[in-house]
Amino acid sequence: MKKELRLTVNGQSYELYVEPKTLLVEVIRNQLGLTGTKRGCESGVCGACTVILNRVAVKSCSVLALEANGGEVETIEGLAKGSELHPLQKAFLDYGAFQCGFCTSGMLMSAKALLDEAPNPTEEQIKEGIDGNICRCTGYNSIVRAITHVAKGQI
Amino acid sequence: MIGNFEYFAPKTLQEALTFLDKYGDKCKVIAGGQSLLILMRQGLVAPEYLISIKGISSLNYIRSDLKEGLRIGALTPHRVVEKSAIIRSQFAVLAEMENKLASIQTRNWGTFGGNLCHGDPAGDPAPVLIALSASAKVASLKGERSIALEGFFLDYFETALQPGELLTEILVPPMPARTGAAYTKFNVIETDMATVGVAVSITLSPNRDTCESARIALGASAPVPIRAKHAENVLKGKKITDDLLEEAGKIASSEAKPISDIHASESYRRELAKVLVKRVGKEALARAIKA
Repeated sequence: MKKELRLTVNGQSYELYVEPKTLLVEVIRNQLGLTGTKRGCESGVCGACTVILNRVAVKSCSVLALEANGGEVETIEGLAKGSELHPLQKAFLDYGAFQCGFCTSGMLMSAKALLDEAPNPTEEQIKEGIDGNICRCTGYNSIVRAITHVAKGQI
Repeated sequence: MIGNFEYFAPKTLQEALTFLDKYGDKCKVIAGGQSLLILMRQGLVAPEYLISIKGISSLNYIRSDLKEGLRIGALTPHRVVEKSAIIRSQFAVLAEMENKLASIQTRNWGTFGGNLCHGDPAGDPAPVLIALSASAKVASLKGERSIALEGFFLDYFETALQPGELLTEILVPPMPARTGAAYTKFNVIETDMATVGVAVSITLSPNRDTCESARIALGASAPVPIRAKHAENVLKGKKITDDLLEEAGKIASSEAKPISDIHASESYRRELAKVLVKRVGKEALARAIKA
């Protein structure tokens, strides 16, 4: 039987009805049509599905949607303000911080959660902040460079 | 695909215990679900009823007092344990262990108690808690009981929790004087579980020249996290030297009952246990000397 689920996603409130087995990533992609959040390994390893829930990064493939009831979700679609890219998005472009792009949404959300919590991270903290996100093109150096420049206000 | 189930999200412990009492074996408790959802997706666990306790805010806390020690509510997220100022200053080994547990995302949503109830022998918190002589507080409609952490795990993914029971709190007694504790795991990438994990706690004698007592706990080395008691006895009453730690490592390695799997062979795990007991023991000793 479907249950009511209230979520705020990128500032917009939703009242949805979902089967209890529905995962947060399924609500975001299938019911809200926000397909920027990717499904990768679907076992909590790769981080492609990372979103920010109640101000912290989580893997949306590993969160039961109903457990997020009443929560505030930020997805990749919420980063840009209109046509103005978020500094992290600009930096990822400027520093070539993605190749195939599959990990990028998750990387950006992890990076945002990191900078929200620690605006002046050390390189070590940046690496830790994205160690739950796997980039199979192995573009980690560029990603770390991009985040570093945003943290230093150089974007 | 995850099968269908009926879902309840009690807001109080009493409500949750009532559901557990009513549904017994047919229900499964979900806290953060970081491990459980994987098993459900693989069809290995298919409960008829799922009781989500994530919303019971009264089980999300960290309290510490000098006499009783540290109390961690079962629903405290790993990341909160990791960041806690109290834990960092008084039980640094717990914060260090949490820092190496999975990824930040998993630590943000996964809970301290959920990890223990999952009963994976490769879990990080259990060996540390066993080395620190921690105990688990368990509640049911019949009342409460306390279980020493070293007796909490019965077999692979099997704990001492009976149907109707819920883990509510972990109690870590105050660190005795002149005590140091350390934990390390071997894993291939940063966010992996332990191939082998080792926690050691050493208490020195009043004049700090010999070992008064020691606890050595091994993770991912047997069907459950175990104490290497013979290895502990090797250290007891003696001056701890590199040679003695090496001896303890060899004995701990023989006490382990590891399996071979895709991560490592049995003999490789034994070798890891041997090396890590020595290495972690050395760190625990260094901390005990300064404590």
